[in-house]
Amino acid sequence: MPTEKNAAKDVIKGQSLWSDAWLRLKKNHMAVISMAVLALIFLLCFILPAIGNFNAPEDPAIRAAEHWFKNPNYQNLNNTFAPPSGHHWLGTDQSGRDLFSRLLYGGQISLLVGLVATTISVIVGVAYGAIAGYSSERTDSLMMRIVDILYGLPFLVLVILFSLLISEHMKELSEFLINDWKWESVFVNKYANLIPLFIAIGALGWLTMARVARAQVMNIKKQDFVEAAVSLGLKKSTILTRHILPNMIGPMIVYTTLTVPSFILTEATLSYLGVGVQSPNSSWGILLQEGSRYMETNARLLIVPSIVFSLTLFALNFLGDGLRDALDPKASKD
Amino acid sequence: MRLAFILSPALLMPFLSSCDKESPIDKYTEKKILIVGNSNEPAGLDPQIVTGVIESNIITSLFEGLCVQHPSDSGGSMPGAAARWDANEDFTEWTFHLQKNGKWSDGMPVTTADFLFAYERILSPDFAAKYSSMLYYIKNGEKFNKGELKDFSEVGVKAIDDHTLKIFLRAPIPFLPHLTKHYTWYPVPKHTVLAHGTMTERNTYWTAPESMVSNGPFKLETWKFNDRIEVIRNPHYWDADTVKLNAIRYLPIGNKYTEARMFFNDQMHVTERLAPEMIGYCRERYPEEFRQEVYLGCDFIRFNMTLEKFKDVRVRKALSLAIDRQLIIDKVTKGGEEPAQGIVSPMGEYKTAGIAKHNAEQASQLIAEAGYSDSNKLKFTLLTTDRDGAKTYAEAFQDMWQKILPVEVSIEQREWKSYQDMMSKLGYEMTTGGWIGDYPDPTTFLDMWKKGDGNNRTGWHSEEYEKLLGKAELATDPAERIRLLRQAETLFLNEHPIVPIYWHTSVYLLHDSVKNWHPLPLRNQPYKFIDLKK
Amino acid sequence: MLRIIISRLTQGILVIFCLLAITFVLIRLMPGDPFTGEKSHAAHIIEKNRENFSLDKPIPIQFGVYLTKLTQGDMGDSPTREQKVSTIIKHSFPASLILGICSMIVAICIGIPAGVIAALKKNSLIDYGTMVIAMIGISIPSFVIGPLLASYVAMNVPLLKVAGWGDPFDWILPSITLGAMTGAYIARITRGGMLEVINQDYIRTAKAKGVSQFNLIFKHAIRGGIIPAVAYVGPAFAMLLTGSFVVETIFQIPGMGQHFVTATKDRDYFLLQGVVLLFGTLIVLANLAADIALVLLNPRLREA
Repeated sequence: MPTEKNAAKDVIKGQSLWSDAWLRLKKNHMAVISMAVLALIFLLCFILPAIGNFNAPEDPAIRAAEHWFKNPNYQNLNNTFAPPSGHHWLGTDQSGRDLFSRLLYGGQISLLVGLVATTISVIVGVAYGAIAGYSSERTDSLMMRIVDILYGLPFLVLVILFSLLISEHMKELSEFLINDWKWESVFVNKYANLIPLFIAIGALGWLTMARVARAQVMNIKKQDFVEAAVSLGLKKSTILTRHILPNMIGPMIVYTTLTVPSFILTEATLSYLGVGVQSPNSSWGILLQEGSRYMETNARLLIVPSIVFSLTLFALNFLGDGLRDALDPKASKD
Repeated sequence: MRLAFILSPALLMPFLSSCDKESPIDKYTEKKILIVGNSNEPAGLDPQIVTGVIESNIITSLFEGLCVQHPSDSGGSMPGAAARWDANEDFTEWTFHLQKNGKWSDGMPVTTADFLFAYERILSPDFAAKYSSMLYYIKNGEKFNKGELKDFSEVGVKAIDDHTLKIFLRAPIPFLPHLTKHYTWYPVPKHTVLAHGTMTERNTYWTAPESMVSNGPFKLETWKFNDRIEVIRNPHYWDADTVKLNAIRYLPIGNKYTEARMFFNDQMHVTERLAPEMIGYCRERYPEEFRQEVYLGCDFIRFNMTLEKFKDVRVRKALSLAIDRQLIIDKVTKGGEEPAQGIVSPMGEYKTAGIAKHNAEQASQLIAEAGYSDSNKLKFTLLTTDRDGAKTYAEAFQDMWQKILPVEVSIEQREWKSYQDMMSKLGYEMTTGGWIGDYPDPTTFLDMWKKGDGNNRTGWHSEEYEKLLGKAELATDPAERIRLLRQAETLFLNEHPIVPIYWHTSVYLLHDSVKNWHPLPLRNQPYKFIDLKK
Repeated sequence: MLRIIISRLTQGILVIFCLLAITFVLIRLMPGDPFTGEKSHAAHIIEKNRENFSLDKPIPIQFGVYLTKLTQGDMGDSPTREQKVSTIIKHSFPASLILGICSMIVAICIGIPAGVIAALKKNSLIDYGTMVIAMIGISIPSFVIGPLLASYVAMNVPLLKVAGWGDPFDWILPSITLGAMTGAYIARITRGGMLEVINQDYIRTAKAKGVSQFNLIFKHAIRGGIIPAVAYVGPAFAMLLTGSFVVETIFQIPGMGQHFVTATKDRDYFLLQGVVLLFGTLIVLANLAADIALVLLNPRLREA
């Protein structure tokens, strides 16, 4: 009799949907490996430089010591294209800068661009697309035509205009932050240049996200369980949030993990065109672009960033797959 | 569908194995078709509208000026549309005797009427030619162009008869033959232009392949936008017997790496340039084809002279002395350029005063005298463009300055038009820049620093400087003239409105089948003498 | 169905009009103009040039002039080239179209089979292997893949040239470079779509009923599985036609993609207007085609 009572208690407790998903995720070996790889990369890119001196060293003695992870922009024109050594773990680039530290600092920017722009585009895009997909034909048409117009605008023009307009305001904001709130000027300047870029890239990305979200919603809303909910008299917003959105999570996550690397690529292409990440920041995209110029002469400058870049993207992808499998409420339990 | 995709390489196999031993370029060499890399799609082919080197390369094969560049002697001029010429004692009046059998590509004769028409066209205020200033040397040319003079007959060009042209200049210009080699001085076919519109009408498209008529060794055959421009022999050219080539094909290849690869892949005869990263590689791998020649141009850094922080000449001089020009040339630009001690490129008899040098101690001393130190740093922005290598170039300066002097430099990169715009509006603090000479005379580098000249873009001017230039223009003795110009340049350099960095070289690849191609500082090899032989 | 098409086309024209208007204003907001250049020119000359192209008039009037010319079939003259905009576009469109079609073929041939196989063999080595290969297209930028292919493949294979657009063999490498990226997306999306569908009840029912594996996939699952991919293909094709700048410069292709960049950089207002017009039209048509395909594939949508 006591065992039966305990047995009943255990059964009632049960398990939430999320811990269920977490268990499934852990069983996916590729996803686990990917998470580990991503964690490592994040650690290297964000924590390692912070342990060292975050700002460019002011002390000439430190500068002269060529301590690699303290200053990624330290040039030495007498030591260009140096092969890997104990001092420079991955060698130096065309201006004598340490490649390893450029990779780390570049990674910060690339990952940041990917994450921030993706967040913007997911929030805006899914909301917009879901509303459009679930609304009446006329509202839907109007909303999607607006998307078409925005899509057709020349991207480069928008990026240039954004950068110019916003950098004016960013200058004021930076000065305010430096002088009035006493933030570190190097820190502020470094990120001030990036804001226009985040906005510009996110502003293009949400369009496709909206389209995909809308297609998903339109597909789901025809299914029986939705019709059932409608006939029950539930409010539109409830149906959207409680029934439709959860069913979209799978494809949306997959698409999001596709978006992060695509934004990193967009940033690389913009840098190739000269309107992306500006000096003194560098990014993986810039490293790839510069490296591709040395393809015949100093392949190391291309191969190393390519490997790191691809590794990160593969990891993001397999993680996304794993998440999709784990979160799918209809996934078979084998 | 998938099956077909997998099979297709297999279908290609027989073709791959039975390929010719002859490379594509050899076929063109046999047919005497010169394949030239020409950087970008030209803005046009009307000699009186365009302003760039890209267009010039094509126009010089289509049209011919009064004089033609000597194939190997950079200072030599050969007969072109004019068979001979002479000048009066003080070089203010020139008489050109046109070729009696000079003809346009449609058979019509080339006469003085065509020249007068062309000069009136380029100087007409209504036509708004961007490069009309090249003809300001002609008496009253400037006045007419600015609308101060309404009657073209008062401008210093006269037709004595159908084949005798007299030009009156505003001052002694001994180098007029050189000027006539520039496309702004070329004739245009009066009958063709007028058949498509009035003299000053724009967008008449008379330069389209179907209607284009020209007087040079070649005529226009094909113009495919962003694909190629092809010119073929002009049978009516007065000197057609001298012309060896049958055709020239210009490829607008903007990406320098693509261009280099096309050369390696035996697809072209001449590249326009080489990317700095490829220079060492090509020097080693293609020593026969590698060319590095002096090019008439200077790269420098401008100061915005209207800013308070740059008013102290010691600051400017310090920034100039802090630059190790040789290191930049060796490690960044890599083209074997020469460190520029002045602004005027070395040419002929002229030797610039050596003022811009590298001296780190003196630089630190001067900037300290000006009141700057580690606790009071000089902060400024260096503007640069997004072109290949511009960033690395700017970063090298930033680094040099920050290592030697108490300064904080931030780099501002702008895309090309924004960059030009900021420079013109003096919306920068310091900026990279340069100038390519138009003709082999020091004035091409010195005239631009006059007050109000659109190419100045520094806000600097000096009355003394302009007085010297004015005196030089009126000087009749060539030695005196050179002396005065040098004096002007020295004055200019001592005030340091710019920091000269290097004098250009032209680095490119030339296939060994190209004959009669000699190094020329303006890179204006006359195509009529070029030959192709395996 | 016809009603929907007509209404979408009308909306399309409105979209294009708004697009033209907004672009018109935006590009004139950028600093510099077509005549800002390396060599500066006298003020009166710049003035006259601007007059020639109506740039001195207020923007609404300029737009009116532009529209009137447009209705007569004249897209204007390029201020930076001695060419009519329509000539430029006419010459560059064929190359872009061919490149776009070939790249799409490459993308579909890579993407859909890869996605289906990976979904069927989920979580096996075949799944991971296929996806790794498919992912190469979006893990390495085209400005790296292109030169790699050009330098190492074209230089060593006799019939392939490193650049140029002369004979059909020249179409191969650029299409692979451009198609690889789209192919990767299609593979991922197809895999995701197929997995969704395979786990649905109606597939389980069909399987229980004894439908063969082959029929199961190609008759039942695929129709639902490729829906996300189809939604992607329409706009993806339009993007291929116009986003090929990098591939065009690396392989020296006289296409339209580069105009988006060079016209912006040169401030060639009329050329940019022209390509935006073309791009807008393509987008409208592509979306319409994709939507029609979606309805055909999913009968439930027809009840709308």
